[in-house]
Amino acid sequence: MASQTLYDKLWDQHLVKQREDGTALIYIDRHLLHEVTSPQAFEGLRLAGRKPWRLDANLATPDHNVPTSLKERAAGIAGIEDETSRIQVQTLDDNCNSFNIEQFTINDARQGIVHVVGPEQGATLPGMTVVCGDSHTATHGAFAALAHGIGTSEVEHVLATQCLIQRKMKNMLVRVDGRLGTGVTAKDVVLAIIGEIGTAGGTGYAIEFGGSAIQDISMEGRMTICNMAIEAGARVGLVGVDDITIDYLYERPYAPNAQQWEAAVADWRNLVSDADAEFDKVVVLKAEDIAPQVTWGTSPEQVTSVNGVVPDPAAASDDTEARGITRALEYMGLSAQQKITDIKLDRVFIGSCTNSRIEDLREAARVAEGRTVAKSLKQAMVVPGSGLVKAQAEAEGLHEIFLAAGFEWREPGCSMCLAMNADKLGAGEHCASTSNRNFEGRQGFGGRTHLVSPAMAAAAAIAGHFVDVRDFAPIPTNNTQVA
Amino acid sequence: MEKFIRQQGLVAPLDRANVDTDLIIPKQFLKSIKRTGFGPNLFDELRYLDEGYIGQDISKRPLNPDFVLNQPRYAGASVLLARRNFGCGSSREHAPWALTDFGFRVVIAPSFADIFYNNSFKNGLLLITLDEDTVDRLFKEAEAVEGYRLDIDLEAQAVITPSGESIPFEVDSFRKHCLMEGLDDIGLTLKDQDAIDSFEKRHRTERPWLFRDGKTA
Ligand code: SF4
Repeated sequence: MASQTLYDKLWDQHLVKQREDGTALIYIDRHLLHEVTSPQAFEGLRLAGRKPWRLDANLATPDHNVPTSLKERAAGIAGIEDETSRIQVQTLDDNCNSFNIEQFTINDARQGIVHVVGPEQGATLPGMTVVCGDSHTATHGAFAALAHGIGTSEVEHVLATQCLIQRKMKNMLVRVDGRLGTGVTAKDVVLAIIGEIGTAGGTGYAIEFGGSAIQDISMEGRMTICNMAIEAGARVGLVGVDDITIDYLYERPYAPNAQQWEAAVADWRNLVSDADAEFDKVVVLKAEDIAPQVTWGTSPEQVTSVNGVVPDPAAASDDTEARGITRALEYMGLSAQQKITDIKLDRVFIGSCTNSRIEDLREAARVAEGRTVAKSLKQAMVVPGSGLVKAQAEAEGLHEIFLAAGFEWREPGCSMCLAMNADKLGAGEHCASTSNRNFEGRQGFGGRTHLVSPAMAAAAAIAGHFVDVRDFAPIPTNNTQVA
Repeated sequence: MEKFIRQQGLVAPLDRANVDTDLIIPKQFLKSIKRTGFGPNLFDELRYLDEGYIGQDISKRPLNPDFVLNQPRYAGASVLLARRNFGCGSSREHAPWALTDFGFRVVIAPSFADIFYNNSFKNGLLLITLDEDTVDRLFKEAEAVEGYRLDIDLEAQAVITPSGESIPFEVDSFRKHCLMEGLDDIGLTLKDQDAIDSFEKRHRTERPWLFRDGKTA
């Protein structure tokens, strides 16, 4: 057989029918659901008198609207103060009950952001097609699964038919060669990639991330990178299977059982691009060139290194870009040539499906340990991605580090990533955020978001403005003072 | 889904690149569990000077006089002219719902984000991709001439300007067919039920770990 990319293989393995008009019917193995994009789909099923095609492919959890304060969470759905949020979470609950779909309910220990929960449970496996009514479904591609976001009509389509009508995408390889410097994380890598190719650079492509720097990164870091493939315009991000992938999945609740494990692993080993596979486009970055990144504008491509300056519209490549920069500077309240480290912050948010896993929290805690949040800050919050991440962090004592430093320690959910619950920015406030979108108003009306890594967010919280986390030596503690 | 065959419409130019779905319909309105009623909050943060919330009395809100859709000359527009990478960001289908609810049937831009593109066609919203120069020219014409209308002929795949110039566009045949017939694609897919069944059976035999319901093939 001709050599294939990972994407080609996944496509072929799920091709139900190729139609003459160029579209194809693709089989879906895993369908994740949350409360925001599913109500109209369930209603559509009901109106048409249709039933879900295959129940065990579906897994649901509420995440976008759930409050993150203990007070509101204690009473479950009934305790959600905002009425419209409560109705939406209740609707998911009702729909899951009436259609018999498995759900991790609001206060289940396994509840959390759908893209944290799926992999954590082993519900995302190599070789699967994974979809969800959420663009950050790209996250799951870190497992060599063909994963992408869909709209509500497609949620209904998958529920009813277990398939999607698709057109094959093109193949892009983004290779990061070399080794990342200390203090430079997966988040910095993906922001640097978006800075390089732009927010539309990946439109129409499935992006595979490869190269030695990616191979060195943990599963959680790979998820961070694939998560933001969509911010580069690509619905799909992928990383090939290796030992890191397989080790991560071993004994996860939804992973193959003991009898199936060997066969599954043997199958997964094929889920890499062939050595001589051809890509339609190849982009190469050097890991050594990547410094901690900070976005200064209102699009993720408006990014630079922490030691950089805010750009000048006069230096833009065309009119549309110049106008974009001018508008972004106005919205963000920044001026051309201003140093990134001079940007003062009002709030800090550590969380979201990009960076709310245990390694993210460890990374932030390492920086926060023994220090205190700057007095000038109104709020610094840490929101774990799932109940299990929260429990793990508490078992390690990370919450105590955060609380001692002056961070709030919250219940799991999307929280201030998109501010559908009570956690949001006020107008004009600057926020260092570990989430994935710095769009106007995303974190609150008039709010100003700067995307950074968890370590950079923690350092910014301590300093009150952006700082290069590499200049932040860890404070020796009893734990680290082993002779 | 409402059919689209051929339609003439007033053009509103939205001169801004990377218009994301958060901008098209902000998150607070996604709390609705319906498909309709999003039109009044389309581009909410650009259209109004105050912060919008669900269930508000729209008639009392201060309009932003500078925003294009608030200008009387664009009232009733059904063709939106936009810049590159329109519809980027989240997968919310509320974005095309809001555009159609407001009255748009067509968006013309140099490029669109993938998920938004898909979602739009499923809701009777025709997206037309034209090259940057052509879009730029249409912007100039629409801004210069009050009451500027375009005739969009999906069957012939052409945008016809007031001067009679016909600009061809590409659209994939499946999407065109669905839009022209107003088809529900779930019904179409279910015609292939046998193919899905047999695929599923084979898939289950080859990779049983992907199925958790305990049934054997
Ligand atoms: S954390 Fe943010 S980006 Fe991720 S699913 Fe939730 S709202 Fe979307």
